[in-house]
Amino acid sequence: MDKNIATLSFAHAAELLREGQISSRELVQALLSRVDVHDEALGAYLSVARESALSEAEEADARRQKGEQLSPWDGLPISVKDNIAVAGQANTCGSKILEGYTSPYDATVVRRLKDAGCIVLGRTNMDEFAMGSSTEHSAYKPVANPWARSCVPGGSSGGSAASVAAGEALAALGSDTGGSIRQPAAFCGVVGLKPTYGAVSRYGLVAFASSLDQIGPLTKTVRDSAVLYDLISGPDPNDATSVPDAATGVSGVFDSGLSLEGKKIGMPKEFFDYEGLSAEVREKVQNAAEALEQRGANVKEVSLPYNEFAIAAYYIIAPAEASSNLARFDGIRYGRREVAEAAGRLLETYRLSRGKNFGEEVKRRIILGTYVLSSGYYDAYYLRAQKARTKLREDFARVFEECDVLLTPTTPSGAFRMKQVTEPLQMYRSDIFTISANLAGIPGISVPCGFTETEGLPVGAQFLAPHFAEKEMLRVAAAYEQASPAAGCYPDVTETDG
Amino acid sequence: MEYEAVIGLEVHLQVRTASKIFCSCANRFGEEPNTLVCPVCLGYPGVLPAVNKQAITKTIAAGMMCNCEIAGYSKFDRKNYFYPDMPKNYQISQYDLPLCQNGSVRIEGVGFSGDEIPRRHIGVRRIHLEEDVAKSIHVGSYSVIDFNRAGVPLMEIVSEPDMTSPDEAHAYLTELKQMMHYADISDCDMEKGQMRCDVNVSVRAVDNPGFGTKVEIKNLNSFRAVHRALSYEIERQKELLEESAAVEQETRRWNDEEGVTTLMRTKEEAHDYRYFPEPDLMPLQISADMREEIRRNLPESPASRRERFVQEYAITAYDAQVLTGEKALADFFEEAAAASSAPKRVANVIMTEFLGWLGDQGKTVRESPVGPEAIRELVSLVENETISMKIAKDVFSEMMETGKAPGDIVEEKGLQQVTDQSVIESYLQQVVQENPSVVDDYKSGKEKALKYLVGQVMKLSQGKANPQQVNDRLRDMLSQ
Ligand SMILES: [Zn+2]
Repeated sequence: MDKNIATLSFAHAAELLREGQISSRELVQALLSRVDVHDEALGAYLSVARESALSEAEEADARRQKGEQLSPWDGLPISVKDNIAVAGQANTCGSKILEGYTSPYDATVVRRLKDAGCIVLGRTNMDEFAMGSSTEHSAYKPVANPWARSCVPGGSSGGSAASVAAGEALAALGSDTGGSIRQPAAFCGVVGLKPTYGAVSRYGLVAFASSLDQIGPLTKTVRDSAVLYDLISGPDPNDATSVPDAATGVSGVFDSGLSLEGKKIGMPKEFFDYEGLSAEVREKVQNAAEALEQRGANVKEVSLPYNEFAIAAYYIIAPAEASSNLARFDGIRYGRREVAEAAGRLLETYRLSRGKNFGEEVKRRIILGTYVLSSGYYDAYYLRAQKARTKLREDFARVFEECDVLLTPTTPSGAFRMKQVTEPLQMYRSDIFTISANLAGIPGISVPCGFTETEGLPVGAQFLAPHFAEKEMLRVAAAYEQASPAAGCYPDVTETDG
Repeated sequence: MEYEAVIGLEVHLQVRTASKIFCSCANRFGEEPNTLVCPVCLGYPGVLPAVNKQAITKTIAAGMMCNCEIAGYSKFDRKNYFYPDMPKNYQISQYDLPLCQNGSVRIEGVGFSGDEIPRRHIGVRRIHLEEDVAKSIHVGSYSVIDFNRAGVPLMEIVSEPDMTSPDEAHAYLTELKQMMHYADISDCDMEKGQMRCDVNVSVRAVDNPGFGTKVEIKNLNSFRAVHRALSYEIERQKELLEESAAVEQETRRWNDEEGVTTLMRTKEEAHDYRYFPEPDLMPLQISADMREEIRRNLPESPASRRERFVQEYAITAYDAQVLTGEKALADFFEEAAAASSAPKRVANVIMTEFLGWLGDQGKTVRESPVGPEAIRELVSLVENETISMKIAKDVFSEMMETGKAPGDIVEEKGLQQVTDQSVIESYLQQVVQENPSVVDDYKSGKEKALKYLVGQVMKLSQGKANPQQVNDRLRDMLSQ
């Protein structure tokens, strides 16, 4: 059982449940056992909802026995990044400042999963407030890459990616502000989907950068990502930025065959010419392009000249929004409060609570964001960054007139070693291929496309598509997945010390 | 040296809506603290705002009442600062694209001091919509917070510095409040904090084209306080200028008991609110259709109603000012006057008898036991000489007490005026016979004596004789 569960996909588990080959309780129990055995070394989870997961599984089994299952996915466990609200559960966002806080409500995505009968298994580790690309900035513990424990799993959804790769979860939800789903998916050899901005409700996602954040799935297969997208997407009256015209029924692409005949795939030359791109990664992604051609797609080079400004624009807009979004963590109403000694001085309470309980990276970005919004600097930074963002959007719009989907590397290299990247700017640059999709609001997905020869670390290929074109993007990603040399490869978590 | 004041007002008005601006909590005053709250208005991690459309339409309606230009494209912005009464430590407000701009409020009529205010238009620079903050309550050495108010829709109405006297400021506020009542936008109850007012005032020599140094006054809890505080502050600044002393730029607090302003703080610390567009909300597109729809549902403004009342019902400007003070009263008057042959008399009855009675009883127009048709009927009974004005007063009291129709009261009690000549003749005969000395007095030139005799006849008729008729007949009779 243990061996099977490690590679079991969400959709396959649903089939086993339907066929009565396994119960929801057995499924949950098997995953919990794997967590017990492996997670101390991995650190993918911040908390595990053992009791509630088991009792909800029993309820799901009872429903199924009576033929009253809520959906085909009733009784399937899923792991949820710790920045997404689940009623009655902790919601630390990987930060000390929210230690002890229990969310009183469900995020819309969680509500939707629960309505389908899904079970929240546990809460996955992350960079504090999703700020980071390695999950080394979790205030609680780092996460090890299941393929090589001395390496990072990527971030900020590193816990979600590692839990799926290590078979501690069937699938997980993450959030992606600048690549936080796709980059860890690439580092951990799993699939990670960032939907179009507005396709999935952000209600209940603790905001990092409101205009960039999107919730999405990290899964073992492209099909699972499609299934989960269908479960969590759709307009929500509680999120004014959710849109009515989001793609629906994307898992339907698997019923219609995965022909790429006539599909135009663009490869942005700026991505492949990037000096920091490792030769190995370039080669794997080029192999992916060949595989797509062999399946009938037309692959051509395209240009996204404004991508050059993506990181600069991102590191103005995201911290600006974050500096305001994180202002509410002041120790007054919830979370940790440091009581000021000096006769209850309000300002001191703010300073101590925030000073002691935010990590270095969070403070860095709050300071950065506060600075760029300050009177006298706003036009030079924030406004210019928004202009660059508009240009980047126009870039994509133009490129998508000539092709259906873009193919790029997800990251410039495979997973780096823990404590290897210490310079913030160097860390920021690891998101160079993912950030522009957030700035433009378009969907992206990372699919495993091979392993580095030197260290055997996973490499991800990223597909990008126009707004709301998830279906076309998933068709290409799924077709590629069938040809990928990395498909069906899982780490042996018992033998990855070193 | 002659001085003049330059006054600008910043008014915050809570918009009357069923629910708060960004969540579904009820928008109500006076509930137990922290019972009208939810994760959204408490700023819990992960929540998002969802705009209440009613708050938008009412703010646009407010702008239209103030003759503002209504934005076709508007947006919300974040105003960032830390304070415990603000759950998110930023306030969702509007910065550079408010819903309404460049309007005006017309003021005129008798001012609070009793002096006439010449008709003027006071500029309204902008009206924007934002969320109200929670209420801090200070208890000894610590503070507690009631979040029921957090997220109540709040309009900020900023005037141009166009007012020159306390009377004008008072009239502007009165007009604003009337308009908000008319269009059902805000209850404007200052005691409940639904209307809050900050005042900016400076004084300059009349021949000085520049502005004087501006002083802000806070803690103004009534229109009367605004008037008094301004009167005090203008005098204070004039005295300083006359002594060639400098007026400091500062914020002063009005002390209502002592009738003085006192220094609160000097030199406002320079706040940098780091405004930026609210990324959680889409920009507001206000279509021409939407504007048209809102405009269609607007009531007639108090100013236009005043004007129309003077023209249509031939009442004085002062009467019109009183009668339009409240929409309910204006409606009441108009319904009574519209079908009446004597609207001026209807106005008089309403202003003296009706409002007097309501005042004594502590009741509002809506709580009146009789409708406007009763007043109209009462007036028509006087007009067609069924009853005298004197009897009408009794009928009025009776109808307010019992709610009965005035015609029924007159019928029941037999209060119709006696117009039968022979009956009146017999009363006259009796009175003349019983008062020979008074008759002599009259005949010897004492006009007063006639009045006494008329009174006696009226008494005999139990007030039902027509006094004019009695007067005329008596004069005829005694001159023979
Ligand atoms: Zn609420």
